[in-house]
Amino acid sequence: MAVKMETKSVFDREELMTGTDAVAEAVKLVDVDVFAAYPIRPYTGVMDRLAKFIANGELDAEYIVADGEHSQFEIGKHASSVGARAFVGSSGTGWLYAMESIGVTATDRLPLVALVGNRALDDPGAFGVEHNDALLVRDLGWLIGWASTAQEALDTTLIAYRVAEDPTVRMPAAVAMDGGYLTHSQHMVRVPTKEAVRDFLPAYDLGNRRMHPDNPVSIAPQVNEDWVMEMRRQNYEASKRSRKVLYSAYEEYNEVFHSEYDNPFIEETNVEDADTVLVGMGSASVVARSVAREMRKEGKKVGFLKIRWYRPYPTDEIRKALSNASNVGIIERNFAMGAPDGGAITMQDLQSALYDAKNHPRVVDFIAGLGGREISKTEVRKMYEMTADKKSPKVSWIGLRE
Amino acid sequence: MVEETVEEFKNANLYKGVHAVALEEFYTSGHRTCQGCESALVMRDFVKASGPRTVVTGATGCMYVANTSYMTTPWIVPWMHTQLAAGGASAVGMAAGLKALMRKGKIPKEKINVINFSGDLGAGDEGLGGLSGAMQSPYDLLVIVYDNESAANTDIQASGLTTWGAQTTFSPTGSVKRIMHERWKKNLAAMMAIGHPNVKYVATSCATFPPTDYMNKVKKALSIGGPTLIHTIDPCPKGWDYHPRYSHVLGELAIKTGIFADYEIVNGEVRYTYDLRNKKRTPVREYLEKQGRFSHFEDEDYDYVQAKVDEMWDEWELPGILPIKSGLKVKK
Repeated sequence: MAVKMETKSVFDREELMTGTDAVAEAVKLVDVDVFAAYPIRPYTGVMDRLAKFIANGELDAEYIVADGEHSQFEIGKHASSVGARAFVGSSGTGWLYAMESIGVTATDRLPLVALVGNRALDDPGAFGVEHNDALLVRDLGWLIGWASTAQEALDTTLIAYRVAEDPTVRMPAAVAMDGGYLTHSQHMVRVPTKEAVRDFLPAYDLGNRRMHPDNPVSIAPQVNEDWVMEMRRQNYEASKRSRKVLYSAYEEYNEVFHSEYDNPFIEETNVEDADTVLVGMGSASVVARSVAREMRKEGKKVGFLKIRWYRPYPTDEIRKALSNASNVGIIERNFAMGAPDGGAITMQDLQSALYDAKNHPRVVDFIAGLGGREISKTEVRKMYEMTADKKSPKVSWIGLRE
Repeated sequence: MVEETVEEFKNANLYKGVHAVALEEFYTSGHRTCQGCESALVMRDFVKASGPRTVVTGATGCMYVANTSYMTTPWIVPWMHTQLAAGGASAVGMAAGLKALMRKGKIPKEKINVINFSGDLGAGDEGLGGLSGAMQSPYDLLVIVYDNESAANTDIQASGLTTWGAQTTFSPTGSVKRIMHERWKKNLAAMMAIGHPNVKYVATSCATFPPTDYMNKVKKALSIGGPTLIHTIDPCPKGWDYHPRYSHVLGELAIKTGIFADYEIVNGEVRYTYDLRNKKRTPVREYLEKQGRFSHFEDEDYDYVQAKVDEMWDEWELPGILPIKSGLKVKK
């Protein structure tokens, strides 16, 4: 189903599409030069769609089916190094197979954009969502954004290229989305015109780091203890600068595409005056938001805080948003074996952010929906209630079979 | 030895003798390779043959660690590090990127040589899958496998291409077990040629013997189009344990004993650069006993290696390439 938009609009059409299809549309719109594919569920729909664009002559790019994720990501990295805009992606263990390349893409400061269709790590086999794959790279120097709807997936991908390629940033960016719940579910998506995207996203220019005979540089030589610290620091500064660039990119995105992103990093639903706030990311946000609204109508002072960009981490934004909350619960679609308090990964970051904050709400952690198990409205309601209850345990596994 | 100028290479500007070799260098001072390092010569000569319109990636290995210290790079052409297993993929990525940018008018159209070098450990073991992917790709690229038969920057450990029986830090000789490295050397170049029927050019070579052969093979690989591969045997004073002045001697002996077959496969046609079929070969022992890494060898070990080399040249369907002793001729 596609509805043609009126001429002169910044939108070409509105169409029902899956999360991965929306990313494929974005990759086409940014006129990507090289993309490399390797099959693994559930991210791979994006490559199926892009391959069809090539077959139909809708996209002019070099399309490579790699021999594995390691090569796939290396192909993307090196295409990026010669000044080509590149795209890759993976899921779960495939993402981990590419891990070596994922690390060096960040330290080489190459603005490769990748889709992570979040998937449980084997063994045992599970196609469904867990966030451990993307979260494993959180400290390596990638920008990581989580989409929770197909529209947001398209928007986040366009913004990812804009921020990653910014000369003051030049970091790779991962667009994460829940396997199944978003990769394979359809939403109405407004697809921008090529012209509007061209206005929003300047041409990719790697400047004096481009690999080309006219620019004979040596990239990533052996530096050892003499220079590694300074280079890590440059990476660190770029990561800090990316915050500002994300703000300006969203501001301009709202302007060009009439979207209503209040904040690049977080999205608040009744958080401001809430006593009890749940925090989460990905597709569970849709359920948690709707339950928060329902409970508000019942007079309960609850709110939901969605995290969109997880790296760089929205420390200030979270401190501010939670400055009035007494109880905070976190929906975690990941695990962290042996971590402090037995909590999962995002609890560690959130508690760190709150340690130096003025307000210190009680924080509890909910490990839920692992391996793609559904997080129901009833369960989310239970999480709100447990968060409000001062006697509830620090960490609870929700929906666990007895 | 035959120096053929054949139809498919008439535009490759092959060197006819060492006097014709260009004086200009694109790999110069700044590297920290050992005295007598033949792999450094492999670097210097490929980029001399390819010229300045070249981009290079170097996979992790001694030619990364020893070659490119920060701010003393020896590379005059653009050079970039790539991961140990990413030699093939790095070349594919660069070639694909340049091709797309040229087609879409984002950079001027011209021939830019895309070359990756990977060591025996990178190309032959960890990067084998990626190398195969590159050989299946549609891009013009060259992978040079510089083979000094060990992980030479990490203490000299055995790789899948180390000569049988050699002492390395992973295969030390001991009081109970004399031979620790019991794997026979992988037939890497031929594996790539046989496994990837569309590849137009695969060659083996030695940087010093016969003279200019290696540089001309680079020129041939770059002129023929598509993915190509050259596998060089590189004597290594540090890893093989001999005086640095003898690198060229060992290179020559590796070819003349026949332990390393020197050949080209051009559009599916095999051409032996140094044909040792039905010829008297220098005994392998002369090559092995000049190297400290074989100092623990006893007569039976020399005999074993000699027998394997003889079998390769006398019984293989295609010596050095195809280890099949009979095909359709098999007797019932």
